[in-house]
Amino acid sequence: MQPLTNRVKVLEPKPLNFMERLYLPNILMGMVITFKHIFKKKATIQYPEQKRPFSSVFRGLHVLNRDEEGRERCTACGLCAVACPAEAITMEAAERKNGEEHLYREEKYAARYEINMLRCIFCGLCEEACPKDAIYLSETFAPANFSRKSFIYGKPDLLIPDPVDAPEDFARAKGLIEDRKQKASKTLTA
Amino acid sequence: MEFLSTDISLILEKFSIIVIVVLALLGIALYTTFAERKVAGIMQDRYGPNRAGPFGLLQPLADGIKLLFKEELIPLASNRILFILGPFIAMFTALITSAVVPWGSQLEIFDRTVSLTIAKPDIGILYVFAVVSIGVFGMMIGGWASNNKFSLLAAIRGASQVISYELAMGLSIIALLFVTGTMNLGEIVTQQMGGGLGGFLGWNVFTQPLGFLIFLVCVFAECNRTPFDLPEAESELNMGYHQEYSSLKLGFFLFSEYINMIVSSAVMATLYFGGYDIPFVNETSLSAAWGNNVVAILGILMLLAKIVFFLFLFMWVRWTIPRFRYDQLMDLGWRKMIPLALANMLITGVITLWLNK
Repeated sequence: MQPLTNRVKVLEPKPLNFMERLYLPNILMGMVITFKHIFKKKATIQYPEQKRPFSSVFRGLHVLNRDEEGRERCTACGLCAVACPAEAITMEAAERKNGEEHLYREEKYAARYEINMLRCIFCGLCEEACPKDAIYLSETFAPANFSRKSFIYGKPDLLIPDPVDAPEDFARAKGLIEDRKQKASKTLTA
Repeated sequence: MEFLSTDISLILEKFSIIVIVVLALLGIALYTTFAERKVAGIMQDRYGPNRAGPFGLLQPLADGIKLLFKEELIPLASNRILFILGPFIAMFTALITSAVVPWGSQLEIFDRTVSLTIAKPDIGILYVFAVVSIGVFGMMIGGWASNNKFSLLAAIRGASQVISYELAMGLSIIALLFVTGTMNLGEIVTQQMGGGLGGFLGWNVFTQPLGFLIFLVCVFAECNRTPFDLPEAESELNMGYHQEYSSLKLGFFLFSEYINMIVSSAVMATLYFGGYDIPFVNETSLSAAWGNNVVAILGILMLLAKIVFFLFLFMWVRWTIPRFRYDQLMDLGWRKMIPLALANMLITGVITLWLNK
């Protein structure tokens, strides 16, 4: 065949020498190598017991944040829904009534807030768009399920635990967020 | 009347040995599959199966149950009878090879001397060869009856491979027979026990190193183990002759391969590595001190240790070197192994004649 370029290098395979043609010395050398591998460190991570640390910028499932008194921060402004490139976020706004001040931080709140986790691409643009620090991406990722419907996460699935009712759970979730923020700022400054 | 009673006890004795040997073979084969996966894992810097039970020890049971409950499929276009006969022959021949292997010397139970060999024909080696060459029929019939091109190709490959390597194997055995002068496996072991260093120097591997090497390579080919696993080459023939098989029939094929490995390890240990001989130990003086039974059991354990070593060797080689190409396989068999075996036979013959003169 005519070469397509003038850079073609024709390689002549060298004929095997006597030791190579015997096969056995080389097979023995290979066996020594595999035997050495018996004593090497295993590369496996035993998953459910051992987990690899997440990257500091890992983006998992969303969390709707509350303030220190347990009030929802979200005001249903819709900036996250606008920012979302996958159009995964839907919300319905409602006005706060008298006597609901302990539930919602501002006069307006999200009566319905849904994220379709099958549409979501976990880009984190909602987190960046939010002016109220109300939405965060956590380190958990979506569990497997049988129906598509179960992947539409509503407010009960997304809200962070109440710091008044369940201070420990809240602290854990919050701690993760704070931790991640610190880590993220560290990587940014570094 | 007395004659009849001894006869019945002999039948009982042999029957119980057969049951023990078959069960032990199946049990060891079960755990050889596990060991294979474990060794593969460890040699590839992984753990291997470690979830079922402590250290994954229940894995073979889980595999067996899984195989058992799989759907039993018989292809419509296949030859039904031969399709079922294939795995049966493979399993049957794999098991009956073990009949002539001397598993130990003898035990003394209730004033009876129980020989630990099922049968002691004077043509022990010939029997092994005959049965092993029937074994390839299981593969051939199974591959042909599947009515599948891949299976048929694999069956042809397997048959021609076994025929090619059986020649060299036979020639290496002839050289061994020149040295031993007998074909009785039990006698070959007793001969080897008489050597220096408690029998260690009497092992035939020292008088027949080249013969052993040829025999070893041929055993790899006969057992369809890597680097000669062309009949079941996953990447070329997708599983080869057992492609159409499922459930227990597939299990029979897979199992018979492992039993073949165990039995050929035992034959190798018997022919070249002194069988149940314990190296560096003088068995007769030891049995005078500890009793015959203890020494016999130690001998069985020694043979088991040798078998385990050979099984590890099988696995070690499998996870080290890639498969031979088909023409390379034939080239090695016909143009290297057979001339080498012939030369080995000739040299051994000349030396034996010269020494016996």
